[in-house]
Amino acid sequence: MPGTDDTPELEALLAEWRASLEQPSAVHPADADELEGHLRDQIADLASTGLAPDEAFLIAVKRMGSVDALSGEFAQEHPDRLWKRLALGPSDDERPSARSDFWTMIGFACAAALAVKAPEAFGVDLTGNARFYGRNAGLFALVPLAGYFVWNRGIPAARALRTLAPAFAGVAVVVNAYPFENGSDTETLAALHAPIALWLLVGVAYAGGGWRSDRKRMDYVRFTGEWFIYYVLIALGGGVLAGFTTGAFDVIGIDAEEFVTSWVLPCGAVGAVVVAAWLVEAKQSVVENMAPVLTKLFTPLFAAMLLAFLGAMVWTGRGIDFDRDVLVLFDLLLAVVLGLLLYATSARDPRAPHDAFDLLQFVLVVSALVANALVLAAMVGRISDFGFTPNRVAALGENVVLLVNLAWSARLHLGFWRGRLPFASLERWQTAYLPVYMIWATLVVVAFPPLFGFA
Amino acid sequence: MPKDLVAASATPLVLGILSEGENYGYAILKRVNQLSSGELEWTDGMLYPLLHRLERLGYADAAWKVPAGSRARRRKYYRITESGRQALAEQRQQWAVITDTLRDLWHEMSPPPSPALLKG
Repeated sequence: MPGTDDTPELEALLAEWRASLEQPSAVHPADADELEGHLRDQIADLASTGLAPDEAFLIAVKRMGSVDALSGEFAQEHPDRLWKRLALGPSDDERPSARSDFWTMIGFACAAALAVKAPEAFGVDLTGNARFYGRNAGLFALVPLAGYFVWNRGIPAARALRTLAPAFAGVAVVVNAYPFENGSDTETLAALHAPIALWLLVGVAYAGGGWRSDRKRMDYVRFTGEWFIYYVLIALGGGVLAGFTTGAFDVIGIDAEEFVTSWVLPCGAVGAVVVAAWLVEAKQSVVENMAPVLTKLFTPLFAAMLLAFLGAMVWTGRGIDFDRDVLVLFDLLLAVVLGLLLYATSARDPRAPHDAFDLLQFVLVVSALVANALVLAAMVGRISDFGFTPNRVAALGENVVLLVNLAWSARLHLGFWRGRLPFASLERWQTAYLPVYMIWATLVVVAFPPLFGFA
Repeated sequence: MPKDLVAASATPLVLGILSEGENYGYAILKRVNQLSSGELEWTDGMLYPLLHRLERLGYADAAWKVPAGSRARRRKYYRITESGRQALAEQRQQWAVITDTLRDLWHEMSPPPSPALLKG
């Protein structure tokens, strides 16, 4: 509110009072305007009786009542305001940049939807070409996302074309030009690993050129967790929408299933990748990060599960019933443990001293390592019986990649626990390790097929 | 004055003042002071949640206006609505019952001590 002829000191006092009122609370700026207007009227009246402005201010504030009581009253009248809300569309009070960002997002989401339908124009339809779409799923989903970040971060087009574009194009050439045998394992592996490599490539665009920085990398880890949660939520909503669409049209005798499976689902799936990314970016400051909350919830539970598993194994003396899926199961388990570790690390204040939760994490990591070591030991003796198939080598390689990370993390944790290492060293280890995943995933996509004869 | 009594009388009081014509917060409080000769003391801030409640219930409309004048600052003016008038009429009847009852009762009792004595 523009001041009249009030003194600068009074303006400062009023601004301070107002700031304390607008702290995360149910008092909106418009309400604060109203209350501030009241204060100013009161101060003007008091000053006209001869009081100094600061005295008048003190009296006016006293009459207004304590800020706590006041925001309490407002919260009672407007309980809805305590639920922080994320407006999906551009609203009036938003910055113009947020507004244009919204339309950028819409543009890239639509581009993604068009791109996924484009091959159909050349006779490559979804139903008959599951292999083609499987191999290219990562590209369909992540190229628009990378484009969105390039646009959003203002990365010069020339630089993006020089660095990101060749990498994406390389993956596209490899997955489409390799002469995979029909239904071969290497093809499935490439389809599964291409998104991982591409996702880390998107991280380069996300960081806007600063991908070497630890902080940017950690930011991307945080982004990944939140993005995943949003994507799952959008997917759930999309599933409900698809179900109702089919059901409702069925009632009037129209078969919409074809439309839903060939248009709504693929377009929605790739479009939602960009939408979820935009949501994470837009709500960064609005809502608490969810991934660390889930981490806190599940770290003790997973630690208890693993301890129980180890206990049961020792108690019953059962050997490991070994088959192909065991290693995949333990790879996934290690990945989950690593995720728990990573998101707890991402949300932790590096300066805080260690606490009980750190100990819990240490227990989780160590028990996961022990369980995994038992599985590996059981496998090593018998690997010759099974032979080196692409699936087995991939699973083994993944296990080693995760194992190295967790083992070193455990060591660093111990060092931190003893007070010899700062917590930041754990953080740095995780961010420095990110390229390893990318290299491994690229290896599986690029080197495995020729290595195993495209079988 | 007990808080409950102030709170209970606040709604009819504010609606009554608004029925005299549209008004803004600070002026409404000054009018309350004037009507009660300063006896009715409100915490100023509490008026605003009340006004917002009247607005939500549809008893009052609010609009930001810049009053004419050289040093004018925009203010939120409240105006009573038709359903606000109905609510006021209802409350007025209810309060009439209470005040009549109390007056009848106290009429039969000894005269009240003067406020000056109470304060002393």
